[in-house]
Amino acid sequence: MLTRRIIPCLDCRDGRVVKGVRFQGLRDAGSPAELAAAYEAQGADELVLLDVSATPEGRGTQVETVRQVRAVLSIPLTVGGGVRDADSARALLEAGADKVAVNTAAVREPELLTRLAREFGCQCTVLAVDAARRAGGGWEVVVTSGRERTGLDAGEWCSRGVACGAGEILLTSWDRDGTRAGYDLDLLRAVTRAVSVPVIASGGAASPEHLCDALEAGADAVLAASIFHDAEYTVGDIKRALVARGVAVRT
Amino acid sequence: MSAAARVVVVRTGTANLASVLAGLRRAGAVPEVSDARAAIVAADRLVLPGVGAFGAAMERLIACELVDVLADRVRAGRPTLAVCLGLQLLGTGSAESPGVAGLGVLAAGATRFGAGVRVPQLGWNRVTPEPGCRLLTEGYAYFANSYRLTAAPPGWSAAWAEYDGRFVAALERGPVLACQFHPELSGAWGLALLRRWLAAADVGGGRRATGADAGRVAPC
Repeated sequence: MLTRRIIPCLDCRDGRVVKGVRFQGLRDAGSPAELAAAYEAQGADELVLLDVSATPEGRGTQVETVRQVRAVLSIPLTVGGGVRDADSARALLEAGADKVAVNTAAVREPELLTRLAREFGCQCTVLAVDAARRAGGGWEVVVTSGRERTGLDAGEWCSRGVACGAGEILLTSWDRDGTRAGYDLDLLRAVTRAVSVPVIASGGAASPEHLCDALEAGADAVLAASIFHDAEYTVGDIKRALVARGVAVRT
Repeated sequence: MSAAARVVVVRTGTANLASVLAGLRRAGAVPEVSDARAAIVAADRLVLPGVGAFGAAMERLIACELVDVLADRVRAGRPTLAVCLGLQLLGTGSAESPGVAGLGVLAAGATRFGAGVRVPQLGWNRVTPEPGCRLLTEGYAYFANSYRLTAAPPGWSAAWAEYDGRFVAALERGPVLACQFHPELSGAWGLALLRRWLAAADVGGGRRATGADAGRVAPC
């Protein structure tokens, strides 16, 4: 049977892994290739590498970072941050990404998803969605690292993105990201109901229980960053906790 | 395996090629990418990766005049590794691109997973080989596919996995190995499989003195 995936996330800036709350107060957390190799050894099922560089110059290091990570990594690698068109996606894939994640650019131009799916396959095309709770209920899609609200309903946008060609959703709760309060399970349920492709839960994980909760709420995979970077838990610790709760994982 | 096992990787598209090359390098091989007919005829060891749509990939193989070359070498049992869509291309066709004929080496066609599961299948699934398998072992492999074979063609040893019922995870016959999963993304288990295939390719009579510079031919 298909197992649930544990995905450490490497937020990279200028070629280094960083950590912070809602992209503020970033601190250095190490070398991408060294951390990638360490997480694979711990039993990570896949890695996500997101470029959070503030400048185009910083982002220029991304392709080289992907190349270095690929050389040591024998599990799947999804890369996002600054993917604006088919050319920037191709450069990342040629450097060693297996999937590319598109966020703001897809909201601006949903047809980008169609172009990526046609050229590289839907299994290669990940729609990254940052969703914030609305005062009146429901969730709204936010872009440009949360600075801009779009008015789009998160479930409807995910559904449209899949119709355009996305083969996976990377769903981040903007309210929970960096808060250590656990994943937004209601958001997760709403989106897994809305789409037929796999959904990766992101934002808010601080304990093995949080990851269990998300998987039991319907996530196909769970993404976390700081709990791994801070060495609070290894991927192996998380998997042992999941097995104890009867969740099928690769061991 | 020889110190530097040269492997020609067929250029079937962009995506994932870098991972295939990195995986082969980690397994000790020296891969070269080509879509030149002469290079593919001469290759002692050949990898047919595959991503994207079935119809587009077949179009490309036809345009590069590779259809008969690939079918012939698999029929002749020359060392070949087909990955993901590469496995499906060896079959008769796919529900993904109705009316497009595959290479026809495998007497089986690919169909889409049903509506009861999330599609594409993305992740690690348990692979169980039949007793006749020599290269494939039990373990977890990484899959990224929407289509699959549900029956094994005669004359091949199969490994199976479960997703919307039983499907073909891989097929082997001598030094020919066709994987629905991605061995290059399947961690230590996948790396060990790549090494066994390279070793079988040496034993399997694929080595020929003329193969050394075969990859340096202009692309089509």
